[in-house]
Amino acid sequence: MNGRGHAVCLGADIDTDVIIAGRYLRTKDRSVWAARVLEDLDPSLAARLQGAVIVAGSNFGCGSSREQAPVALREAGVIAVIAPSFARIFFRNAINVGLPVIEAEGVPCAGGEEIAFSLDEHWVEAGGMRIPFRPLSPKMQEILAAGGLVSFWRARE
Amino acid sequence: MPTLAEEILGGPAGSYVDRAVDHGFAHDGTGVLALEAWQQMGMDAPAAPDRLAMIFDHITPANTGTTATLQAELRVFAKKTGMYFSDGGGGICHQIMSEGRVLPGEVVVGADSHSCTMGAFGAFATGVGATDMAAIWASGLTWFRVPETLAIRLEGHLSGAAEAKDAALAYVRDLGMDGGTYRALEFIGDGAGSLSMEDRLTLSNMAVEAGAKAGMFYADETTRSFLAGYGHDVAVQQQTDPRYETEVTLDLSDVVPLVTPPHRVDRAVPVEKYAGIVLDQVFVGTCTNGRFGDLERFGRMVRGKQVKVRTIVVPASRAVLAQCIASGVLSWIVDAGCTVGPPGCGPCLGAHMGVLGEGEVALSTANRNFRNRMGVGAEYYLASPQTAAASALAGAIASPEDVYER
Repeated sequence: MNGRGHAVCLGADIDTDVIIAGRYLRTKDRSVWAARVLEDLDPSLAARLQGAVIVAGSNFGCGSSREQAPVALREAGVIAVIAPSFARIFFRNAINVGLPVIEAEGVPCAGGEEIAFSLDEHWVEAGGMRIPFRPLSPKMQEILAAGGLVSFWRARE
Repeated sequence: MPTLAEEILGGPAGSYVDRAVDHGFAHDGTGVLALEAWQQMGMDAPAAPDRLAMIFDHITPANTGTTATLQAELRVFAKKTGMYFSDGGGGICHQIMSEGRVLPGEVVVGADSHSCTMGAFGAFATGVGATDMAAIWASGLTWFRVPETLAIRLEGHLSGAAEAKDAALAYVRDLGMDGGTYRALEFIGDGAGSLSMEDRLTLSNMAVEAGAKAGMFYADETTRSFLAGYGHDVAVQQQTDPRYETEVTLDLSDVVPLVTPPHRVDRAVPVEKYAGIVLDQVFVGTCTNGRFGDLERFGRMVRGKQVKVRTIVVPASRAVLAQCIASGVLSWIVDAGCTVGPPGCGPCLGAHMGVLGEGEVALSTANRNFRNRMGVGAEYYLASPQTAAASALAGAIASPEDVYER
């Protein structure tokens, strides 16, 4: 699976309260989450995430286990999130909802430029560089390839 | 020799294992999405309902019609499946699980980040998201990457007004917000043995704030005697010189009352540094510090006095509330002018009751001080129940050392 999109740069330690605030969780309407994603960081961000590849600092997705966080990013149009490290529950949730997460060090981000990646060949192309990353475990690759854990489960039954 | 995590999960660090889940639990927050995933998966009955629990604690009793409707559907589902169900007011999921349900050596998975709390019993306990929980309902299993282990050697003893919460804020500061990412923490050493079960629950609870997957203590005589109170006869766990990836030391005798200012969890400093900051609210409760001992220490300090700022006290469970009533602690708290809420965790996440207004400043015994979490545009400091008591009496951040009586 390959992808490309425009870069959106974020800092380190972006927590799940910031990705989608607790006050928007009392619904199952995904359009609410897509519209409010990262609102407390920058209210204008949600509109710029369609077709985006987020390049963040370390420990992305720390804090609460709310699965609405990766869902909100996916629903807002984010194609993938790249960071040197992720909080582990977010990482697992992202794979489970079919949002590619890439653990890679030293990916440059200016904002707006094109970033390409290959999940099969484990590289990211950004700023004229091709940067390798550690592949997901075979099981996580299968879940992601299925489009998430629900589809993976249904295909298995 | 294996670490506790390797021993329980049955594989070396770095390997992937499928494990039966001894306890899988969700709450009214994560349960809603888990139920949706369950329905999409086309499932009918859980594989092992006797190992599952649904515990309403986040927004209880329901605050709006929307919340009530979401909870009603989840309640019907939980009751139909035969899983253990605790309705609103019963208490916080981590507290209820700690009241004689979780045993040493078990695998515990909760759809809540603070599920690491149960590591205090020598269980492997960790948090997952909603869809993972739905898969656990369906299969009774989940997969793990067996984590590397970072040992925190606790030396000495807590002294003065310093408490387990201060030790927790100290180790999270020392490790940093991602210092434990993907790892299990093991609390070892004589200092670990000196801590009560409630103290251990507080330390294990905050493991996730350092990014850790688990925060574990070895079951010892303290664990045995605590669980004997619930009718369990458990064996102690022997520590056998495991392969730790890293080992750090925290001397409990050096720990002083701390406060962690907004909006990062890894910036704890001595309370004095922020003493005098005027508060709009003090909140005592949560899965970190809502247990009987916490409320008793808080109550002992405010007893016979009046708080100078609105102070909300929320027992972690109905059992804790009952113990507060029976022991008279609740009267101390109420007579001092505090508001007591029904057992649950609403204020911590700014979801229900005790929500802060823009520009308001609070001190809380919770575990997380992220921006806007407890109220948009608000600021809140994390501290122990005794620091909360001293601050409530002063109406401003104050050190418990000034009020503390041995």
